[in-house]
Amino acid sequence: MSTLTSSAAPSTRRYRGWVLPVVAVAVWWLATNQGWSDSGLLVSPQKVAATAWHQFTSEAFWRAISSSLARNLSGFFIGTALGLVLGCLLGFSRLFERVVGPSFNTFKQISLFAWIPLISVWFGLGDVAKVVFLSLAALVPVVVNTCDGLRNVPPAFLEVAKVYGFTRWQTIRGVMLPAALPSIFTGVYLALVYSWLATIGAEYLLVSGSGIGNTLIDGSEHFMMDLVLFGMVVIGLVGWSLNLLARSLERRMQRLYGITPR
Amino acid sequence: MARATATALDQQQVPGKPLAPVKRLPPSTPRSTPRVVVRVAQGSAWQSRALNRLLPWLLPTALLGLWYLGSERGWLSDQVLPPPAFVYQTLVDLASTGDLWLNASASMQRVLVGFLIGSGLGVTLGLVMGLSKTVEDYLLPSFNALVQIPVLGWMPFALLLFGIGEPLKYVLIAHAALVPVTLCTLQAFHQVPKRLLEVGQAYGFSRRQIVTDIVLPSAVAPIFTGLRLGFTKAWLSLVVVELLASSEGLGYLIAYGRQLFQLDLVMAAVVVVGAVGLLIDRSFEYVERRLNKGRAVIPGRLA
Repeated sequence: MSTLTSSAAPSTRRYRGWVLPVVAVAVWWLATNQGWSDSGLLVSPQKVAATAWHQFTSEAFWRAISSSLARNLSGFFIGTALGLVLGCLLGFSRLFERVVGPSFNTFKQISLFAWIPLISVWFGLGDVAKVVFLSLAALVPVVVNTCDGLRNVPPAFLEVAKVYGFTRWQTIRGVMLPAALPSIFTGVYLALVYSWLATIGAEYLLVSGSGIGNTLIDGSEHFMMDLVLFGMVVIGLVGWSLNLLARSLERRMQRLYGITPR
Repeated sequence: MARATATALDQQQVPGKPLAPVKRLPPSTPRSTPRVVVRVAQGSAWQSRALNRLLPWLLPTALLGLWYLGSERGWLSDQVLPPPAFVYQTLVDLASTGDLWLNASASMQRVLVGFLIGSGLGVTLGLVMGLSKTVEDYLLPSFNALVQIPVLGWMPFALLLFGIGEPLKYVLIAHAALVPVTLCTLQAFHQVPKRLLEVGQAYGFSRRQIVTDIVLPSAVAPIFTGLRLGFTKAWLSLVVVELLASSEGLGYLIAYGRQLFQLDLVMAAVVVVGAVGLLIDRSFEYVERRLNKGRAVIPGRLA
């Protein structure tokens, strides 16, 4: 194993991660301040910081981000709830799996964004359409992982349950659900990631109302690179925080159920 | 789960009666279990098999029937939900005029070029980071930070930099494929079975031998999983990119149909997008299953 590990101390290894970003920002700063290029697209770091400050202090930005988040979360919760129900039905009932499974597998192959035109005709361009689209985005990973988790419960566990004469309900509650929990969490976690991606996509394609995606599109249409860069960072930060939140929730739930994290 | 089972077992034990030490069973040669043939009445077996075949078609047929009935009876106007026959007619028209092939081939070319660039870069990046911890220390944090911004977040930025031409599509599709491929390749290196590496060291393998004979063979299947994921992502992004900025391609057909309120065109294009995606995913899955079949043998042989 020694061939594949680094000999450097952990403290040196930590600061190595900062080398690349620092160099990149330095080059960027030099390039803009020394006037290497007079393209209007090459905005200076100071200007991006100023735009960021301006946005942070403006009310419109907070309205945009809160409406994006509200849509994201409502779509996520609706999609996850429906996904859990559908995934459990698919996981527990052979008959249901036989009837619905193949159709669902075909459905999930269709690129999610291809639904947007149909959704926009059926539900308009407003919040309803966006939430429908977001729930769809969250639904798919939850269903797939819930069903997989329930199907892949180790047979040994089920045999133990049978030996102890568990009823069907006891087997589901005491054996199958806890065993499937890590997989179900993976699904919910993916749903959170996808729904954020879909939030941005929905705002690009269903252009109405306010949202962080609309801010970005505006910046792009007005050739305001500083606004675009700022919007990208915000999208990344929000996605990252959602990620972190999901991770910590997952760990807490796992501890609650006495599952060692995989 | 393991803990829950253990406590259940503890409670079931009779107190004060120590368990007898488990004796090792003498090694037994595995016998081939005699094949049990269950004789079922010929008719019922055939019937249940036929039923099994038919069940998956139940839901699509019912939906199609409902759709047909709905448009026939005028529950929904044709603008909101065009009748199935109309969508089919549009699909046939598209195919016969050659529009379909023109747009599909434009899309395929984009996705292939983008995917090849992205996955090539991704495998290289993953390989380099997997082989050298030092490179990983320098690159991975920045990579992880950039990955937090989804493809769609990059889109306005790329639009300003590259315009609406072909490079924009290649860059975004390549980016979409790059991320999962890189992460899966890196993970493949981290997940090389420890036992195999120990065996290599015990036999005094050189570093190069460890890499070529142990690490790479066991990483092939996970890398392929990454490629499959990457292609799914690339296909997804292709549709978005074409919906937002293009003048040909399957996504453009959808956007065009939407603008003209021709839902039949939209639906026909969605069907084609889904069918192509399904076809490609199935072929990737087939290769993946074959690769995994070979991989499962290795730990078994060592045990």
